Amino acid sequence: MSQQEILAELAQIVNEIAGVPVGDISPEKSFLDDLDVDSLSMVEIATAAEDKFGIRIPDDDLKNLKTVGDAVNYIERAGVSV
Amino acid sequence: MSAMTAMPYTRITAIGEHRPAGSLSNDELAARGLDTTDEWIRTRTGIVTRHVAAADETVVSMGVDAAAKALAGAGLTGGDIDLVVLATCTIRNAIPGGAARIATEVGAHGVGAFDVNAACGGFCYALSVASDAIRAGSARRVLVVGSEKLTDWLDWTDRGTCILFGDGAAAVVVEPADEPGIGPVAWGSDGTAYASVSVPEGDWAIRMDGPAVFRWATTQLAPVARRACELAGVSLDELSAFVPHQANTRIIDGLVRALKLPAHITVARDIVTTGNTSAASVPLALSSLVASGEAESGGLALLLAFGAGLTYAGQVVRIP
Repeated sequence: MSQQEILAELAQIVNEIAGVPVGDISPEKSFLDDLDVDSLSMVEIATAAEDKFGIRIPDDDLKNLKTVGDAVNYIERAGVSV
Repeated sequence: MSAMTAMPYTRITAIGEHRPAGSLSNDELAARGLDTTDEWIRTRTGIVTRHVAAADETVVSMGVDAAAKALAGAGLTGGDIDLVVLATCTIRNAIPGGAARIATEVGAHGVGAFDVNAACGGFCYALSVASDAIRAGSARRVLVVGSEKLTDWLDWTDRGTCILFGDGAAAVVVEPADEPGIGPVAWGSDGTAYASVSVPEGDWAIRMDGPAVFRWATTQLAPVARRACELAGVSLDELSAFVPHQANTRIIDGLVRALKLPAHITVARDIVTTGNTSAASVPLALSSLVASGEAESGGLALLLAFGAGLTYAGQVVRIP
């Protein structure tokens, strides 16, 4: 799966859980500061992403995912199986 | 040996509560200089205000008041009770526990009395032990009390915890019944995550890894709720109320979604005006539903308590 495809899938998840318009979601955006996604929504997004991409995102790693780009890179490195 | 006194079934016959008169709103918390706002707290927790006990309101005194009301509701006096179980994790001094004093003060002289510490999971543990004591013939009528004074253990500069908790107590009377009224408990624990909610070694206040606890609660507990229903031989459809531990409305919402709970089931949301009262939260929430008429007497409620330890326990009960 390409970075572009991961971004598109992730944007869908962020939209469903936090109500952020898909068009606002781009790699440089900070979840908290730009998209107003709080820490609990981040947990829900991580849980949904785990299911979607077939990966594990431990709590300690989740805390380091500040931007959408961080998350896309993390998912790519984690080895997307879907 | 013959267990002549064993009873096959039990039920909750009455419930009583103590909510401290003192309260603390989100705006008042923000006005104390904490880096937060009413909106910040509401969107992350659902809490608007919580009760705060006065200096002379203790785990024991609040428990006594709630227990006395439960006894009155059941048409009983302390002399009718032969076991008192107190669920608490915030009693000021660990020695002695509070159950014996509560027993004495409600007039249940010389009866069995002990505390249960399973933190926020405590009430469902205590209720299970009480029910089983009656079923085994070890007790006839049991007072189960959940009482907590969390504010003794809060760092008012730690916005990750001090916005969440409140004080209060609730008590139930458990008696023999002609039909099943308290289902088998589904319980468990996970000591690997003991540090996610704790008073750390050398610290004095409760600390919490909020996102870690949130993830655990929203992903691991729905199967426990389903198991409690299976053990009771009840389908989710047959419930009239769901009374989860009042930790965070977003956890409650997550559980409701994960369980695909039918819309006709009343979901307790006492947290909005009460905050998280640990072992008192499930009985306080149940008491609120009973008092308001939102939960009909005789209907089935699924109780689900969970918290530090980590511990969790749930069972189906008939609403008093």
